[in-house]
Amino acid sequence: MANMNPKKNPMPTQDAKVRAHNFNEVATGYSEETAIDEALRCLNCKNMPCVNGCPVNIHIPEFISKVKEGDFEGAYEIISKSSSLPAVCGRVCPQETQCESKCVRGIKGEPVGIGRLERFVADWHNAHADGKVTVPEQNGHKVAVVGSGPSGLTCAGDLAKKGYKVTVYEALHTAGGVLVYGIPEFRLPKAIVAKEVETLKAYNVDIEPNVIIGKTLTIDELFEMGYEAVFVGSGAGLPNFMGIPGESLKGVYSANEFLTRSNLMKAYKDEPETPIMKGGRVAVVGGGNVAMDAARTALRLGAETVYIVYRRSMEELPARKEEVEHAEEEGIVFKLLNNPVEILGYENPDDPRDPRNGFVTGMKCIKMELGEPDEKGRRRPVPVKDSEFVLDVDTVIMSIGTSPNPLIKDTTKGLEVNSHGGIIVNEDGLTSRDAVYAGGDAVTGAATVISAMGAGKVAAKAIDEYLSNK
Amino acid sequence: MYKIVTRKSLNPTVTQMEIEAPLVAKKAKPGQFIILRVDDEGERIPLTVAGTNPENGTVKIIFQIVGATTKKLDCKKEGEYITDFAGPLGVPTHTDGIKKVCIIGGGVGCAIAMPVAEEFHRLGAEVTSIIGFRNKDLLILEDEFNACSDRLTVMTDDGSYANKGNVTQPLKEYLEKGEKFDMIITIGPLIMMKFVVETAKPYNIPVTVSMNPIMIDGTGMCGGCRLSLNKDGKKVTKFACVDGPDFNGYEVDFDEAMSRGRMYAEYERHAYEKTCNLFKGADNNG
Repeated sequence: MANMNPKKNPMPTQDAKVRAHNFNEVATGYSEETAIDEALRCLNCKNMPCVNGCPVNIHIPEFISKVKEGDFEGAYEIISKSSSLPAVCGRVCPQETQCESKCVRGIKGEPVGIGRLERFVADWHNAHADGKVTVPEQNGHKVAVVGSGPSGLTCAGDLAKKGYKVTVYEALHTAGGVLVYGIPEFRLPKAIVAKEVETLKAYNVDIEPNVIIGKTLTIDELFEMGYEAVFVGSGAGLPNFMGIPGESLKGVYSANEFLTRSNLMKAYKDEPETPIMKGGRVAVVGGGNVAMDAARTALRLGAETVYIVYRRSMEELPARKEEVEHAEEEGIVFKLLNNPVEILGYENPDDPRDPRNGFVTGMKCIKMELGEPDEKGRRRPVPVKDSEFVLDVDTVIMSIGTSPNPLIKDTTKGLEVNSHGGIIVNEDGLTSRDAVYAGGDAVTGAATVISAMGAGKVAAKAIDEYLSNK
Repeated sequence: MYKIVTRKSLNPTVTQMEIEAPLVAKKAKPGQFIILRVDDEGERIPLTVAGTNPENGTVKIIFQIVGATTKKLDCKKEGEYITDFAGPLGVPTHTDGIKKVCIIGGGVGCAIAMPVAEEFHRLGAEVTSIIGFRNKDLLILEDEFNACSDRLTVMTDDGSYANKGNVTQPLKEYLEKGEKFDMIITIGPLIMMKFVVETAKPYNIPVTVSMNPIMIDGTGMCGGCRLSLNKDGKKVTKFACVDGPDFNGYEVDFDEAMSRGRMYAEYERHAYEKTCNLFKGADNNG
């Protein structure tokens, strides 16, 4: 008998006042009883609209049916056929615009909590399984994957499960890409990423850290080494700045740098070896998920006030609704319809050696209003004349996107990129070079974890077809 | 893990190591750098490559003990391992078309200047080297510079060895005598490089400076190493890790770079003192 409650089972979370001061995960996850109760809300529609909303086409009604029966390991097996990183997706996917947006239950109430169920199933598996996997028979083909972020890990996982020998090259010292340097512990515990990486290793995937493709080795050298296909999932790249005065002052970070210091380099721990500016008053410029992550990280590091400064209104804010709600609950102050025009710094006119010189003292902003819609249909923000004011802050975090990293493009002859520097691919993820595939942010510019995983999956399928017919 | 194959103290504050890293050894060119971590909790620090031995698969690094991480690295012995060693990063020093070059190194910057001088010597260019140190005790690599330079001038701030004064004095003398260098390449403290640029300016000789800002990933991701160039009156932001570390000295905003370099000065001082206390017992025993 279906559970006809119009509302989802709420996700248990740490109290906002408590969690604002720790790095433990915000959401604590469903219990077995809640998971079964939520699964019973699924009507098991024949045409499965939810599956079409999933970039990696997880067989959603099938795994939910297993949850209904209490067969959680069975549910995991179904998910893992389509997704190499279920514990990650269950946490960071924007389900509200994907699978859940297509759910029939969403018409007259709230959709089934598909993401919450996926997370429950993956966590249940990680807590109960012995980590052993059945490694398929090797087919003798070697594939190299560049980058161990979501697209690279997905591509590697899919190919390894088909019997390919896959090596993943990672520039940093730890595997996971944006999952370890970008997304904070309180949203995605690093132990979970490490566990997913261990699972891939169990499938015979080799992970080589500290190898920068384009520098340590080139794509051409990978082919010389015997790899028959290469997937490039090298990620988004260098942070953008606004080009306003004062962006080089001490106390101005890119979101990438701020989050990398805290997440990858563990500056959030007591007495870290990698320093980070903690405390004080912080302005984060931008309105995406990365901006929310930076703001909430700053708060947890001990900031007394954290502002989100965004030039449009709440309606246009690109971050996930859930992240915005969490940020608001925790006390992040949203300064909407404001745009920075200058960052101000301390300068002691009498003492050029004053150690305070060159540190941020404030950020001058101008108020904005929404004008006519632009070509994308979003109302264009226009400055309000003579409305400048100074926001009293000592740290500014710029979170306004990234530009592609040039290292691979510059060292790979014949690899075509678009005017933004993104690698050009066809619908199979194939680049302008034979046997070189690409996906994720290196192709699209900054996007979501799940779209990168989708691209890794598409490329894995294409690589398999290419090498099977070679 | 990367093995420390050899370790040698060049002076009380500067240490040379050869690290086993075959892929890096095969690729690294003068002017490029590596990123290392000493251990699992360690920070990532950039160090410029001081030489390679592709046959043995080793990369030479020379570092000054300035903070907690370099102190920890210095305490590692021959045969021990460090956790991470990645590279080569950055763009190699530009050598095309340069027939007559003046290499100016200051302090531990000489460790980076030396392979650049060697490379020009190998390519058949006329190499004039000027190296400067605070005093005689801090002198390094004099023999190596002698071997690859057509002319070498050694300076010490206090005159305790060779000539007294700073590196801009012999440079000025050369320029006043009408020496026409195709390029001056300077590597050392920011303030020294700034004055080298000012000295060369009236003579219209191009100056390349090697920047060494604070870095984290070193691969073009975090933007921490950014610096400002003045290109025809317009401020342009560049990233030392992928655009550098070499830049046109006339364009670099040195004052900003010096200020940014001091961002964590206070924090680093505490961390250094803590590490020194940690190693005190070991130092006394050894």
